[in-house]
Order: sequence, then C-alpha cells, then structure tokens
Amino acid sequence: MAFERNTQETYYDSIIKQGYSRRDFMKFATYIAAYMGLETTMIGQVAKSLETTFRIPVIWEHFQECTCCSESFIRSDHPIVSDIILDKISLDYTLTLMAASGHQAEAAKHATMEKHKGEYILCVEGSVPLGDDGNYCCIAGRSAKDILIEAAEGAKAIIAWGSCACNGCVQAAYPNPTKATPIHKIIKDKPIIKVPGCPPIGEVMAGIIVHLITFDRLPELDNIGRPKAFYAKRVHDSCYRRPYYDAGLFAESFDDQNAKEGYCLYKVGCRGPMTYNSCGTIRWNNGVSFPIQSGHGCIGCSEEDFWDNGPFYERLTGLAGFGIESSADTIGKVAAGVLAGGLAAHAIAANVTKRKELSDRIRRGKANEKKFES
Amino acid sequence: MRSKNYKRVYVWELPVRIFHWINVLCITVLATTGFIIADPPAILSGAEASESYWFGTVRFIHFATAYIFFFNMLLRIYWAFVGNRFANWKAFLPFSRKMRKNILHVLKIDILLMHDKTNDVRNISVGHNSVAALSYVALFIVAVVQVITGFGLYADNSGWWLPDLFSWVVPLFGGDFMVRTIHHVATWFFILFTLIHVYLVFYHDWLEGRGEVSSMFGGYKFVQEDRLTTEDIEDLNENSEEMESTPAETSPSS
Ligand code: HEM
Ligand code: SF4
Repeated sequence: MAFERNTQETYYDSIIKQGYSRRDFMKFATYIAAYMGLETTMIGQVAKSLETTFRIPVIWEHFQECTCCSESFIRSDHPIVSDIILDKISLDYTLTLMAASGHQAEAAKHATMEKHKGEYILCVEGSVPLGDDGNYCCIAGRSAKDILIEAAEGAKAIIAWGSCACNGCVQAAYPNPTKATPIHKIIKDKPIIKVPGCPPIGEVMAGIIVHLITFDRLPELDNIGRPKAFYAKRVHDSCYRRPYYDAGLFAESFDDQNAKEGYCLYKVGCRGPMTYNSCGTIRWNNGVSFPIQSGHGCIGCSEEDFWDNGPFYERLTGLAGFGIESSADTIGKVAAGVLAGGLAAHAIAANVTKRKELSDRIRRGKANEKKFES
Repeated sequence: MRSKNYKRVYVWELPVRIFHWINVLCITVLATTGFIIADPPAILSGAEASESYWFGTVRFIHFATAYIFFFNMLLRIYWAFVGNRFANWKAFLPFSRKMRKNILHVLKIDILLMHDKTNDVRNISVGHNSVAALSYVALFIVAVVQVITGFGLYADNSGWWLPDLFSWVVPLFGGDFMVRTIHHVATWFFILFTLIHVYLVFYHDWLEGRGEVSSMFGGYKFVQEDRLTTEDIEDLNENSEEMESTPAETSPSS
C-alpha cells in the first residue's frame, strides 16, 4: 500500500505529521465548520474532536459509476479536504486510489471488515445492477450486489455518494437495461446518508465526513435521507439570478440580449426551482462558479430521474405515452377544443331532438304573456 | 291539460352559494396565475431587476389564493355534514337504488338526448342529479390532488406548520419535477370540468326552465307542486303573508 496507515493515530496527529502547521489546522476546522453550517462557537468542538478521535476506517466501493464523485472530492478547495480522503480517513479500500491490486487489495479489505466490524464507514459510489443476476458489474469475480451486501453487513453507516448510489442516475434512466438500483433499495437495515449530485460538491462530501468524525453520529437528514445542511434549499432559493426571476425578466434563448444581460434562465429549462442542492452558495471549483453563473441552466443533477425529466432546455416536457412533441399543454388544448366542439354539437342536437318540449314551453310562455294584466 | 304549478324550493343555502362563487373565483385566479408561472410571457426590456417584481407578485397571488381555495374547501366539507339534504355528502355518491337509476336516466335523457316514455316528475332532480354529483366528486378529487401537490411544492418556502404538513409529498413522488408536472396537468382537468359544467347548467336552464342558472344566485329552484306533500307547502300556511306568494310563481298552463 502507498501509505502506512495507522488507525490508532488521531486526525490531528496525521495532519501535523503531513507537514501542516497548527494554524493551517485551525483554518481548516473553521472552514469546514462554516460549510457544515455550524455556529462559530462549534469550531472549537470540531478542532477538539479532530485532535482526539482516532481515524475511522473507511471502505469505498465503486460500482456502476464514472468516478466523478471521487474526482469532485479530491479536487475540493482546501488541501486538507482532499488529504482527508486520500490519507486521513484511513481509506482502506478504494479501487481508484489504492496502490494495491488483485488479491492483495481484496485481502486488505477483508482484514478491515473483520478487524473493525461494526465500526467502519462504507462509502458507495455507483449503482448496483440487479438485471441478469448482477452480471453487468463484477469486481474480483463477484457481482456488485454480493459485494455490497457483504460490505454493508459490518458497516456502522453507509454513505451513498452521488446520484448513482442515491437514485440510479443515467444508468437507471429509461429503459434501465441493467436494472441499475440505488443502494437504499438493497440495504434496508443500515443508516444511509444520501449525497446526490452528479457529482456532489467536494466540500459537501468533506463536510459530511467531518461531521461523522466530529459528532460521531449522522448529520441531520431530511425525509429522504439527505443531510439538511446541504440539501434543504432549492438551487433557485440561493441563486444570484433570482431577482430577475422575481422581476419576470427571462432569457428566451441562449443568444438573446436578455441572456447577455444575465437574466434568469427559467424559460430555457433551468431546473433550479426543482432542485435541492448547495450550488448557489458553495459553488464549484473553489467557489469560482456554478452552471447558472456560467450561463447554463441547472439540469437538476441531484434530483431523482433527472435524465428522464426530458430535454434540459425546456420548461415543461412531453408526457410519456403521448409522443415526443406533445406537451401537457398541447394535449390540454386539443382536449379542450374537441370538448368544446362536442358540447356545441350536443347543444344543437338537444335543440333538435327536444324541439317539441321547447316549442310547447315557448307557446305557453307567450300565451301567458298575453294574459298578463298590468 | 293539467296545470303545472311551480313552487319555490330553497335548494342552495347561503354557505353553499358563497362557497360556489369563491371557488369559481379561486380556480380562475389559480389557473391563470398558474399558467403564467408555468410559462411567463416574454418581456424584452432593458430594465434592472430592482425596478420590478411582477413575477413575484403573480406567485404571491397564486399562493394567497391557494390558501383561500383550501379554507373554502374545508368549509364546504364541514357544510356537507350540517347543511341541508342537497348539500349533504350523501347526495354526492350513488348510495341508493334511486340514485343509481337516476344515473341511467340522466345519461339517456340529457346526454344521449332520448325521450321519456312516461312523464314522471320524480325523474327530474331537484338538487344535483346523480351524474352531476359524480362529476363534483371527481372535481373534489382533482382539487385534493391540486392542494396536495401545490402545498407540497410550497412547503419548503414556508415556515408555517400548515404547508409543512405537506412536506411528505415531494419525497413521495421522487422530486419537485414530478409534483409540478402533476400540478400542471391537473389544471387542465379544472378547465375541462368548467367547460362541461357551465354548458350543462345552461342546458338544464334552457330545457327544463326551472331556474337552474339563477339557483346559484338566489338559492331557489322551481318544482312542480305535485312533488311536494300538501301540508309541507309553505305558501299554503296561514302565515303566508310573510311568505312570498306572488301569482308570478304559478304558471297557469294550457
Ligand atoms: C391549494 C392549492 C394550491 C397551492 C398550494 C398551489 C401552489 C403552487 C405552487 C407552490 C406552484 C409552484 C410555483 C413556483 O414554484 O413558482 C404552483 C404552480 C402552479 N399552479 Fe398551483 N397551487 C394550488 C392550486 C392550484 C390550482 C387549483 C390550480 C389550477 C386551477 C393551479 C395551477 C397551477 C399551475 C398551472 C402551476 C404552474 C405549474 C408549472 O410549473 O408548470 N394551482 N402552484
Ligand atoms: S436561473 Fe434558475 S435557479 Fe436561478 S433564478 Fe432563474 S430559474 Fe431560479
């Protein structure tokens, strides 16, 4: 293995050993506490627990995925953030980053699973194909499903990284040929933290890990299992173009004057109003930008089924089963038109078939009018 | 020929009428503002965002009206338990054999425009006819869908417990996108319902001449005297001075 890993070392010890100063460490504690949405008074607690807790062993499984989650994590802003994953959390098994391979790697994983049973954190990146006995994704001769069930057995908690692990992402898009399945549909008896996004923001990933370390319990989750600190708000609620939305100033196409003015991208398909994520506040690439800031609408990558929710550049999309071109509104308009025609025809038919009753009544009415006294 | 004496019957009580017109207003406002929210008009202007808030206002109107729509609906549900027999919840579902027979009758006479062989006045409904009643049940279900999806979308914008009661909705459907799509599609059902509903009201008014249209304003419909038991006819009571009993109400017939 690349690094000598010692789980009996505290986070602080290993950060200092790496050559960071105490000042760097305190800066990191402050920075990550801010991302986690903690009050400033909690910074001390974050620093304290990093100083006193031993590194938790982590097994990181890769199934049907593209590794963008790992990429996002190791590219996150603060150097200690990526160090946390590369070194500090004692990552005992991860296909992408470990130096070991083959039997050696599998043996290391099993050693961790036995030695730290009930203590290790299982991180899962990717979905699990259940189609054809799980043959679409095999590692070391075993199916992803088997591997997941085995690794989940002794895990203290599971982190489902990215949309693949949380909702299946692109491989689960219609018609989902491999029956790609998110983790929570397979493992039911362990706490699962869902961190959706394609990929999730690196700082969000780090924040969640530090939360686990600092408080030794799961961060507060919403009712579908996402940490509230990062997924409680829609992108729309923290979008800097929001004033244009409220003012009703919209770009109509990507090359019009309104787009150049920086108007809201709602009408060119922005999914910000339907997407729960922190892109508007934390942003990407060291806080440099995020899609909307770069002139492209949000595609809703942290939402379930976002691939099936139609073209990214349209507000309302076709309804399944009615052909690609027909939106709900076209169907509605046609239905209303047909109905209005039908009602008109009915009105005519009613006057024809009931003409006797009608003419009788009209005659009686006229007769009464003649008899009217004053 | 027998004379058709029409009697005034109080069918729609004041709370029912108030509910009806508030409901009309709310649905109109909600559908209009909703469609604007779904597809706002293109405005080309060099304005700065700080100068205007019209889209925010449209959304505000939608949400405020949604509350009125919702509370109005709750009041109507309450009235379905304390109101008169025409407003009662039992009037809406075909519990009795008579109501089920009435469904067939309405389908034959009013939808397929056939003719009655015998002229039985009891076939003409005084409150809702049984088919119309079913259409209101359907509308109620769509309204519930609209309330659930609407407040589901709204829950996260609000700190109040009432919208928060609906915070289970979005997770249930997997995300806002699905919820918004349902909310949008359901709007079309209101429009289709309104077309049919308004047409049939005019149809009954025109073909039966019993004050169908005005009944939702004044509350009265006109019913042939032989449908009422004589001791119940208010106009014949001694204190009839207080009651309106004008000759215009009885239509001497040929
Ligand atoms: C209790 C009732 C209702 C509530 C709480 C409610 C709430 C909402 C909310 C929160 C939105 C999303 C707006 C946004 O994100 O900017 C919305 C959109 C909309 N509402 Fe309602 N609404 C209600 C009833 C109705 C009714 C009765 C109708 C139609 C008759 C309607 C039609 C629409 C339409 C067409 C949209 C646009 C949907 C889209 O984005 O495509 N709403 N409503
Ligand atoms: S660009 Fe998207 S997220 Fe931003 S205000 Fe417009 S619709 Fe909302």
